[in-house]
Amino acid sequence: MNQHTMKLKIDGIEVECVEGSTILTAAKAIGINIPTLCYLDGLTPYGGCRLCLVEVSGTSKLFPACATPVASGMEVTTQSPKLYEYRKMVLQTLLAERTHICAVCIANDHCELQAIANQHGVDHVFYERNWSSNKIDSTHNFLVIDPNRCILCTRCVRVCDELEGVHTLDLKFRGKNTDVIMDQDEPWVKACSCTSCRKCAKVCPVGAIYIEGENIEYTKDPDVAAFIVERRKRLK
Amino acid sequence: MGSPVKEMLYESGGFFKKQHRIVLRNAGKIDPNRIQDYIAMGGYTALVKCLSSMTPPGIITEILSSGLRGRGGAGFPTGQKWRLVAQANNSPKYIVANLDEGDPGVYANRSIAEADPHAIIEGMLIAAYATGAEKGYIYIRKEYPLAIQTLQKAIDQAKAMSLLGDNILETPLKFDLTLRFGAGAFVAGEETAILASVEGRRAMPRPRPPYPANSGLWQKPTLIQNIETLTNIPLIIQNSAAWFSKTGTPKCTGTKCFSLTGKVKNPGLIEVPMGITLREVVFDIGGGIPDGKKFKAALIGGPSGGCLPEHLLEVPIDYDSLTKVGAIMGSGGIVVLDQDSCMVDTARYFTEFCVDESCGRCTPCRAGLPRMLEIFQKITHGQGEFSDLAVLEKSCHFIREASLCGLGQTAPNPVLTTLRYFKSEYLHHIENKECEAGVCFKTRDEDEPK
Ligand SMILES: Cc1cc2nc3c(=O)[nH]c(=O)nc-3n(C[C@H](O)[C@H](O)[C@H](O)COP(=O)(O)O)c2cc1C
Ligand code: SF4
Ligand code: SF4
Ligand code: SF4
Ligand code: FES
Repeated sequence: MNQHTMKLKIDGIEVECVEGSTILTAAKAIGINIPTLCYLDGLTPYGGCRLCLVEVSGTSKLFPACATPVASGMEVTTQSPKLYEYRKMVLQTLLAERTHICAVCIANDHCELQAIANQHGVDHVFYERNWSSNKIDSTHNFLVIDPNRCILCTRCVRVCDELEGVHTLDLKFRGKNTDVIMDQDEPWVKACSCTSCRKCAKVCPVGAIYIEGENIEYTKDPDVAAFIVERRKRLK
Repeated sequence: MGSPVKEMLYESGGFFKKQHRIVLRNAGKIDPNRIQDYIAMGGYTALVKCLSSMTPPGIITEILSSGLRGRGGAGFPTGQKWRLVAQANNSPKYIVANLDEGDPGVYANRSIAEADPHAIIEGMLIAAYATGAEKGYIYIRKEYPLAIQTLQKAIDQAKAMSLLGDNILETPLKFDLTLRFGAGAFVAGEETAILASVEGRRAMPRPRPPYPANSGLWQKPTLIQNIETLTNIPLIIQNSAAWFSKTGTPKCTGTKCFSLTGKVKNPGLIEVPMGITLREVVFDIGGGIPDGKKFKAALIGGPSGGCLPEHLLEVPIDYDSLTKVGAIMGSGGIVVLDQDSCMVDTARYFTEFCVDESCGRCTPCRAGLPRMLEIFQKITHGQGEFSDLAVLEKSCHFIREASLCGLGQTAPNPVLTTLRYFKSEYLHHIENKECEAGVCFKTRDEDEPK
């Protein structure tokens, strides 16, 4: 396959990349870091968390860098007061949405949400916080899901479907009531499609899915998705 | 039996005088269950004209020069969309007719399907010939049983007369048409959510680009069109683009159907030329406010439309003028509010609707709108603070700009317009803990249904 390359500008720097790449990968290639949460290298982009929004010249709309393909002649801005403000608001709305108390979270110090919030100087949440108390599912032999810490990034859903290939996980309901479910909304232990592969726990950016009794530092391995995709290419 | 209501009499009454019924040309005049009736009114002659004497590019040029814009809300030029799909270098191509109509109190598309189903089919056939699509779906909400029944019957009759299937009217044109049912989510009408739903997945929007014209159903080029848009097509072909663009304004040609509801004497389904003023709709067609009460506001564009006050009654109803004042065309709902309505409560109500209908994909809409609703609960229960208004406004801009799809991007409209045009009501609620319309500050018992 012959791949076309195209030129675009990101924060004033010219970059050349192959057709079909996203703004995020093009930016990474020249060392520009755009914050992300729902995006995970190796999985289909979701465009949900909105942390990676960037400005594109010629339109007042904001685009998610993780899911937007590059176009020839595109001029992208990844840093501006407005983007910084909106990123902070994304983080604050996520922190206000459910029960995020770092002190009693298994992922404390190993949480992507916490780390990015720190980097962005989020020192308070300007909304009333919404302390959810949904039921924790710890029926599985060793996997636990605490929906109160879930930010609905669907990394677990996608890794389970796209890489493990079993689609145990999916979403139920909509809006603020959306939740991750196993099979037909069964307790995890009854979800017979689950192979107990642990990929969901490895990629969860927060402390929502974890392994009972295991050090979270040891569990977390978000690079596993890209690693598997890379290895499978070798098989072909 | 009583005597007929004078205002509602055809031609003599005010209700019909200012209307211009072309989309609703056959409504109430033909038996929707008989294809013969539609044909007797000149139906399917536009298709014959296309097949016998027009080329696909010629048809697209005609639609382009008619100035027709999508009636589903966004107002994208229909001819341009057709051209994009026709030029897309991939096959098969698909057409999806959007009959999700999830806006509360809006029923124009349903009425078209129930009264004139063949006009929709003919519009889709012409679009199929012009774009090269071979397969079509009508996505209709399951809550519309009569429309489903009528459409299915119409599809069967068209098939029997060789108007659907292979070798349509003994030409190489082939087009298959199937109904697909929605489960009643407002967001399923969003164009990328509808695609997911037709494919059998959860109706969640996805980021665009890629646009459906290039990568829609099963990653193939797909034309998504509103029912009212499609119903206009046969008329443009029959009567010419020039005839069509005589109605309306130069940048907004043709007519628009509205479901006129709320506090008006004559509520109902109306069709008016683009550019008509809001005053004409509310007072001349709607007959004004009943019981001698005063007009307060009109909400245009459904749950994510704008609340326009009295001093904006002269605003012409077209895509661009409405956007300028903070409202949207939406899929055609006008709700008239009188002095008994509280604008803070109205904004709260529509925010609640959007909270319930959010699909849950993106943070601003899923997690941001409920925070706005909480602030409304505070204000309407006497716990509001002045600083809440700043938080509301800040949230509105965030949700509008950072949300993934049109639902989140337009959900703050009722709040933004009431803050803009009725700020004193917010201030009064916060300062005096009082609702002048007597709607808010109910005690718990009054809130509960009896
Ligand atoms: C939340 C949401 C709901 C929508 N619902 C509908 C609908 O019920 N019917 C419709 O025709 N378009 C609806 N739309 C607009 C569609 O996305 C799309 O723009 C339209 O169907 C395109 O057809 P048109 O160009 O003929 O207007 C909706 C959009 C959004 C964001
Ligand atoms: S353990 Fe593996 S199979 Fe089971 S839900 Fe997690 S990702 Fe899916
Ligand atoms: S459980 Fe974790 S990975 Fe899954 S959606 Fe929630 S936050 Fe994301
Ligand atoms: S704006 Fe709302 S409805 Fe649209 S994708 Fe985001 S959460 Fe879903
Ligand atoms: S990382 Fe791009 S939207 Fe979440």
